[in-house]
Amino acid sequence: MVLRNSIRSVLLVIMATIILSACATKTTKKVGDYKKSKVSQISGDTYVAEETVKFLATGVPDRVFFATNKSILTTASRDTLRKQAAWLRENKNINVTVEGHCDERGTREYNLALGERRANAVKDYLMTYGISGNRIATISYGKERPVNTGSDTLAWSQNRRSVTVKAN
Amino acid sequence: MKNILLLIFLLVVFFAKSSFALIEIDITRGNLNPLPVAVSPLYVESKSSEALKELEVGSEISKIIETNLLRSGLFNPLEKDSFVQKPDIAHLKPRFEDWKLIKAQALITGKINITDDKLRVEFRIWDVLAAKEIMALAFTTVPDNWRRIAHIITDKVYERLTGEEGYFDTRIIYIAEEGPKNRRIKKLAIMDQDGANTKYLTLGNELVLTPRFNPTNQMVTYMSYFRNLPRVYLLDIETGVQEVVGEFPGMTFAPRFSPDGKKIIMSFAKDGNSDIYTMNLETKIVEKITEHPAIDTSPSYSPNGKYICFNSDRSGYQQIYIMRSDGSNAKRITFGQGIYGTPVWSPRGDLIAFTKMYKGKFYIGVMRTDGSGERLLTENYYQEAPSWSPNGRVLIFYRETKSGSQGEGFSATLWSIDLTGYNERLIETLTDASDPSWSSLLLK
Repeated sequence: MVLRNSIRSVLLVIMATIILSACATKTTKKVGDYKKSKVSQISGDTYVAEETVKFLATGVPDRVFFATNKSILTTASRDTLRKQAAWLRENKNINVTVEGHCDERGTREYNLALGERRANAVKDYLMTYGISGNRIATISYGKERPVNTGSDTLAWSQNRRSVTVKAN
Repeated sequence: MKNILLLIFLLVVFFAKSSFALIEIDITRGNLNPLPVAVSPLYVESKSSEALKELEVGSEISKIIETNLLRSGLFNPLEKDSFVQKPDIAHLKPRFEDWKLIKAQALITGKINITDDKLRVEFRIWDVLAAKEIMALAFTTVPDNWRRIAHIITDKVYERLTGEEGYFDTRIIYIAEEGPKNRRIKKLAIMDQDGANTKYLTLGNELVLTPRFNPTNQMVTYMSYFRNLPRVYLLDIETGVQEVVGEFPGMTFAPRFSPDGKKIIMSFAKDGNSDIYTMNLETKIVEKITEHPAIDTSPSYSPNGKYICFNSDRSGYQQIYIMRSDGSNAKRITFGQGIYGTPVWSPRGDLIAFTKMYKGKFYIGVMRTDGSGERLLTENYYQEAPSWSPNGRVLIFYRETKSGSQGEGFSATLWSIDLTGYNERLIETLTDASDPSWSSLLLK
């Protein structure tokens, strides 16, 4: 079974390579991206693409994503948050609320705590980049406010997020 | 050798119990042979006022008793078509041969009388095989209370025939849910144990979660996002007065009452860390019970108030711990595969019910309070938050279905299952429902 799967994925890669090389002059997608299609937007359990992302300001994404049961900030998340911090430094009159969210695959009460932990991980990071804690409120919604209403790994990875919203 | 020991044990149990009652039901195992019982329609005395209307109350009460008995999984209420004796005569003196013929082992009869806005209901339980009356009781109440009378009679029947306290004259507090998955409207709702008499206690303007009764069933503690400040609230069901519990500078959640009803135990989240606190409702004194950088939540007292079980991820993942009620001696009790949440101590004190997550499935299970003897009762795509019936024989919990990519097909429903793992049943609600919590017996 394992062998058959690995043969299949090798075949897929070969097929994908053939298809891609047929139009190699135009596409910039890598083979790995193509092979996984939709799944390619998740890396190591964490959503990495931008299709659900809204913006606090031009070029400043409003959200970062987390791995299952985790509140650790990924490299991409830290990049996003540095942009948020830079923008907040320039717009000193604006305060924000960081919302912490979870996916639907966890018990309600634990998820409330986990969402709070995620929101505070973001708040702490923004503070290390010079934003006063007084300007950043946090709120956890646990699993109560999914952004993607599906029940699949893509939906769950998009729902495990923090969203920085303007509070004034 | 083991088998012989088991047999001896069973015999001892059997003989010990059989001296207690002639007909009896063993409820400690899954019951595959429910007791055949005939519930005769309650006879309405002709001198009663509003005779026509009340004529139906008599058969309605017997129908509710039948439904209760059927749903317990321990009784098999017989078809009324097969009854040959009239309700009034059966209530005076049943012809036991007739009831034996339709294989009834127990017979319930009754009489209703309505005078001066008072409803008087009397009922009898008969042992058909022994040909004798084994219980007779009468209740007087206001006519509007007739459904409760049916539940109280069921409790008496259940108690007399199983030797255990009943759980039918009880209520469920839960969250009524409506609307799309990403903009769910949630209201606090209360209903009778059988789904009748649903009332909404909030309007749905703010998100509300996890309601729980106090021991006298007059107060409810729950979590609300009123004014976008997620806090634990206390609600008096009769007066409708509600207040925030304590003055915490952050989110409070996962509330429950202490067994004496004097304290609320809950989690308070500050700077990304959730710890367990109590607040005394009379003195307003707040105590910090756990102090740990991990998440500590879902606390539940043992019935004697000496211990607390709770959920913590201090080992790296959600596991169940118990500690003394002052927070000392915390120790982990779950070491099985998967992760564990929502521990809740049985009203009998001997078991803890929980939610287990393992390989993408969710289980409701029970274990002893030291974590041994884990038994999983039901497996599903998503289910959590068990709550005990007051006699500790049945668990109620909620389930959610897997939805399509646009959220279609999503539903949340209430279910009950026996401690034995048998008799799983949907509890019908007017809307989708979650976070159920079972009251204690209303009439003690």
